[in-house]
Amino acid sequence: MNKTVDRPKDRIIRSQHVKLGTKNKMGQTYTDINTMFFEVEREPSFMTGSEVIRQAVKVASVGTSVAYPITPQSEAAALIGELYAEGYLEEYFRGESEFAVMGQCAGAAFGGHRVFTTTAGPGTLRAMENFPMWAGSRLPIQVCVTMRGVNSPLSIQPDTLEAHYLLETGMLMWHAETAQDLYDFILKGFIVAEQPDVHIPIATMCDGFFVTHTKDTVMLPPDDLCLPPYDPYKSPVPCMDMECPPVRMMRDPFVMKSNYISYSTHASWQQEIRAAIERSRKHTIHLLDGLIDVHNIDREIIMVASGTAVSQSREAIRLLEEEGIKVGLVKIKTIRPFPHEEIKEATKRAKHIFVPEFNLAGWLAREIKAIVPNNERVIAGPHVAGGMTMPSEVIVEEIKKYLGIEVASSDRRN
Amino acid sequence: MSKEKITMTEGLADIMPPEYQELVATATYGKEDRGWKDIGSSKELIEQHSLCAGCPESIAFRYILASLPNPEDTIFVGSTGCTSLVFPHVAVQNIHSLFGNQNAIASGLKRALARRYPDKVKDVVVLAGDGATVDIGLDMTMQSWFRQEKFTTICFDNELYANTGGQESGLMQKGFVAKMAPSGKNFDKVRLPEIAREAGCHYIAMLTVSKPGRVEKALKNAIMVAREIGPTYLQLYTPCILEIGKQSMEGLDEMKESEEIGGRFVMKEYISDQAQELIDTLAAEEKARKKAAKAAKTKKTVSA
Ligand SMILES: Cc1ncc(C[n+]2csc(CCOP(=O)(O)OP(=O)(O)O)c2C)c(N)n1
Ligand code: SF4
Ligand SMILES: [Mg+2]
Repeated sequence: MNKTVDRPKDRIIRSQHVKLGTKNKMGQTYTDINTMFFEVEREPSFMTGSEVIRQAVKVASVGTSVAYPITPQSEAAALIGELYAEGYLEEYFRGESEFAVMGQCAGAAFGGHRVFTTTAGPGTLRAMENFPMWAGSRLPIQVCVTMRGVNSPLSIQPDTLEAHYLLETGMLMWHAETAQDLYDFILKGFIVAEQPDVHIPIATMCDGFFVTHTKDTVMLPPDDLCLPPYDPYKSPVPCMDMECPPVRMMRDPFVMKSNYISYSTHASWQQEIRAAIERSRKHTIHLLDGLIDVHNIDREIIMVASGTAVSQSREAIRLLEEEGIKVGLVKIKTIRPFPHEEIKEATKRAKHIFVPEFNLAGWLAREIKAIVPNNERVIAGPHVAGGMTMPSEVIVEEIKKYLGIEVASSDRRN
Repeated sequence: MSKEKITMTEGLADIMPPEYQELVATATYGKEDRGWKDIGSSKELIEQHSLCAGCPESIAFRYILASLPNPEDTIFVGSTGCTSLVFPHVAVQNIHSLFGNQNAIASGLKRALARRYPDKVKDVVVLAGDGATVDIGLDMTMQSWFRQEKFTTICFDNELYANTGGQESGLMQKGFVAKMAPSGKNFDKVRLPEIAREAGCHYIAMLTVSKPGRVEKALKNAIMVAREIGPTYLQLYTPCILEIGKQSMEGLDEMKESEEIGGRFVMKEYISDQAQELIDTLAAEEKARKKAAKAAKTKKTVSA
């Protein structure tokens, strides 16, 4: 039998975690997340999405944020800089490119900080190599992606194509419909991403301009409360601060080996990241009240959407209802983990499943087609791209056209 | 300085592998005047490596690890390349993330550690190849210097991309025929030490690793200056014997030849006034410490 383990006090890696109820240097009280999310009374505020990002970061006990200008996230990134100047963050600076920024974020996260950054469109693609590296290194960094076009000729307009590229990076991906969602997702996103059995990065996404640059009423908790800080010693991999002994990782690095052990090491690591995404479900379901929201799913026609396409669908459903056409709605909140079972269940009675999207690739429709039985029921569209809005009337028209119902406006066009 | 961090609790000691026991027993952690002479007797200074036999990078690695003033609070940031094959063997924490982003990683890391440990020194050291430092990562290398990030950048200059099979790099000599430079490289070896000086580095040294004492001194200077003042840069010639067609015993000669008068690796240093002042102060302190230690020793002998 092994000897009893003695644990002299000064050898235990003490958690840096502060006690709930104590105050940080800005006078904010570290508050239990359940209290913060579910119990505290919220007050309405009328502000832009960028300001909402600022408000979320203000109470998120963020250690480091690194910024780089790109529309439509520049304002939010600059507002976070103001928070830093006021003393709410410990580190903030402008990096030299999104590729560098995501590396700088990784460095800060390796060093044990809670890290938040924002990017969009070409910035997301410029940064791309970093995202699977974050996931593989188990860094729970949060990047808020305010989606915009990535096409050439240069566009700054809203378009959700970039999400397609992020699908297999190993990050959690949550898609906010409104500024309210964005606020809640940012705060809850840190909590889920940092769970020891998850501990991977998270992209909190919103549709650029539609969410970032419009004003909306959001219900906010008082900003003299804040989240408990990140505890790097709850990470499943060691924090790179030399506070715990370095390990000799392996005798021969796998990178140079072409043998089964090497293949299986890499394969199982990839599987582990995917498993971590799956393990986030239980925390997410609790905090977001499910991975999807459903309305009238007993109907024959159902619209399934994420982001602002949900808002447009809601309005389209109202218009259709006026004409006696009854349509249900599924709002998807998390793209990763993808709510397979929930969507299958919610659409099981539907004869037609419409998936409106703000991009031409139709990535969401593809994801849904891949998981529902009888997937000829899935109609990818309507689609808009390049910054076009998606008027509810367009959705109505598409649905009616598909159903073979005469559309007044198309008559006019003839 | 101490071995505290790597020492096992008594209860676990008997189940730890002999390798770890030995690592603790022979560690130079906690030894104030640790240096290159500890190589060979200390396990944490790379007992084995997976580089080519005789690769000068392996000895350079050992000199560097042996000379760190504060190994128990030093974190390395590496990059992809032959150097990344060694890091799994060393007894300091090290980060490998991508190829070329090492100075970006180190910037975030150093800042976060400085905030988390305001009362403790945490040294951050970047160690990467010339391709990583000068070509794909030049932007991030230089930007970290512009921003006056307080860490040391070490470039293992083997004048080519070794790990991918000997392609042209920016630090390669003009005219050298290599893969991707089929008719010879047609521009000069990039003058990174000079660029480093202009970009704001406070201590810069370019040398070969033929003389361990020199490497030790340059490394200690670089780390102390980075800790107190701002960015520092070391460029060490570690020839890729494999790609230049040398035998495993010929690395040392290659380095010695390159540092002869007129050679491209004659040692050079650039030191800012501020850094010189610090180096002088530290040297004076060190001298005083040694003198005191000697005096104490003689006193002891006399009284005994
Ligand atoms: C983004 C990216 N591009 C290219 C590579 C391929 N690559 C791996 S190591 C390497 C060369 C490294 O050269 P250097 O930095 O000089 O280190 P050395 O191997 O010579 O020590 C290259 C090009 C990579 N891993 N990642
Ligand atoms: S390829 Fe060259 S640099 Fe790499 S280990 Fe071999 S000799 Fe050293
Ligand atoms: Mg090289």
